[in-house]
Amino acid sequence: MRLRQAALVVLAVVWAGTPLFAHEKDGRALGFIAGLQHPVSGLDHVLAMVAVGLWGAQLGAPAIWLLPVAFPMVMAAGGVLGLIGVPLPGIEIGIAMSAILLGLVVMAEARPPLAVAAALVSMFAVFHGHAHGTELPPGQDGLSYSIGFVIATGCLHAAGIAVGLVHRWPAGRVALRVSGATVALAGVLFLWRAMA
Amino acid sequence: MSPPLFAHLVTSGLGPIYDGIAHVFVTFEDLIPIVAIGFLAGQNGPRAARTALLVITVTWFAFGAVGWWAAVPASLPFPGIGLFVLLGVLIALGWPLPLPAIAGLAAILGALHGMVNGADIARDARDPVALVGIAATVFVLMTLSSAHVVGLTAPWSRVAVRVAGSWIAAIGMLMLGWALRG
Repeated sequence: MRLRQAALVVLAVVWAGTPLFAHEKDGRALGFIAGLQHPVSGLDHVLAMVAVGLWGAQLGAPAIWLLPVAFPMVMAAGGVLGLIGVPLPGIEIGIAMSAILLGLVVMAEARPPLAVAAALVSMFAVFHGHAHGTELPPGQDGLSYSIGFVIATGCLHAAGIAVGLVHRWPAGRVALRVSGATVALAGVLFLWRAMA
Repeated sequence: MSPPLFAHLVTSGLGPIYDGIAHVFVTFEDLIPIVAIGFLAGQNGPRAARTALLVITVTWFAFGAVGWWAAVPASLPFPGIGLFVLLGVLIALGWPLPLPAIAGLAAILGALHGMVNGADIARDARDPVALVGIAATVFVLMTLSSAHVVGLTAPWSRVAVRVAGSWIAAIGMLMLGWALRG
C-alpha cells in the first residue's frame, strides 16, 4: 500500500514537472538545470559536501542529520553575501582548507562535541556559499536556480551519508578513513592551486 | 530573474478552473510555501493541520477576491521571501508551535499569495473563476502535505521533513540574495 502511495506521489511530481520542461516559463527549466549543475561542477565543492555526509555518518545521530541541516542554511547565508557583493577574502583558500580539514576529521574519525562539529561545518559552508553566490550566472530565474542548487547540494550530502553507512562494518570503517585521507590530499592540491 | 510572488496565470486551454490549478503546480513561489505550511502544520499534529487547512484555503480565496477587486500591486518580494525563510526555519527546528501561531502563519500566507494571485488575474484581464481552481489546489496540496507528515512515525522520516525545511529556508535565503542584488 505504501509503495502504491509512493508511486502515486512520484507520478504526480512527474506530471507536475513535465510542463516546466515542455513549455519553458521565463527560462525556469534552464535556471533549474543550471542550479542543479553548479554545485557538482567543481571537484573542490563536491569533495567537501560529500565529506560532510561521510563525517555525519561516522558521528551517527544526531550529527548525521544536524550537519546536513546546518550546511545548506549557512551556505545559503554565504551565498547571499556573495550575491550582494560583500567581499570575503581568501575564498579559494578557505574552500581548499575545508577539503583538507573535513578529510582529516573523516580520516581520524574525530568525535568533537556536536556544537564544535556544527560550527566547523558551518564555517566552511560560508566559504562554499559565498563562492557559489559570486559565481551565480546573471539572467537566470532566481527561484528555480536556487531550488536546483539546494537540491544538488543536499544530494551530495545524502550521497556522502549513504556511502558513510558502510561505517557499520570494520572494512567499511577503514574504507571511510582512506576516503577521508583522499579528500584531504585533494584539498592539499586545491590549496596548492589557490596559493599559486 | 522573476521576482517572487509575481507570476502570470498560465493558459491550460481547458478553461479558468484548470488555469488556476495549473498555475499552482507550475509556480514554485506558490507551490513551495503551500507544501511548507503543510509540513509545519503536520509536524504540529492533526488539529493544527486541520486548522491550517481551513484557514489557508479560506484566506487564499478571500484575499484573492480582494486582490482581483482592488487590483493591488502584484509584486511583494520581501514579505514573500521572509515567509519562505521563516517557514523553512520553523520546519527545520521542529519546535512545537501553539495553534494560533500555525493559524496565523497560514492566514498570512494565504492572504499574501491570494492577494497577488487575484491582482495578477485582474491585471491580465483573466477570468476570476481561476481563483476557484487555485483555492481548490491549495486545499488538496495542503491536505496531502500535512496529512503525509502527520502520519509519519519513524524517527528518520520526521528528520527528513526537517531536512526538507532546511532546504526551503536555504532556497528562501538565496532568493533574498537575488532580490537584494536586483
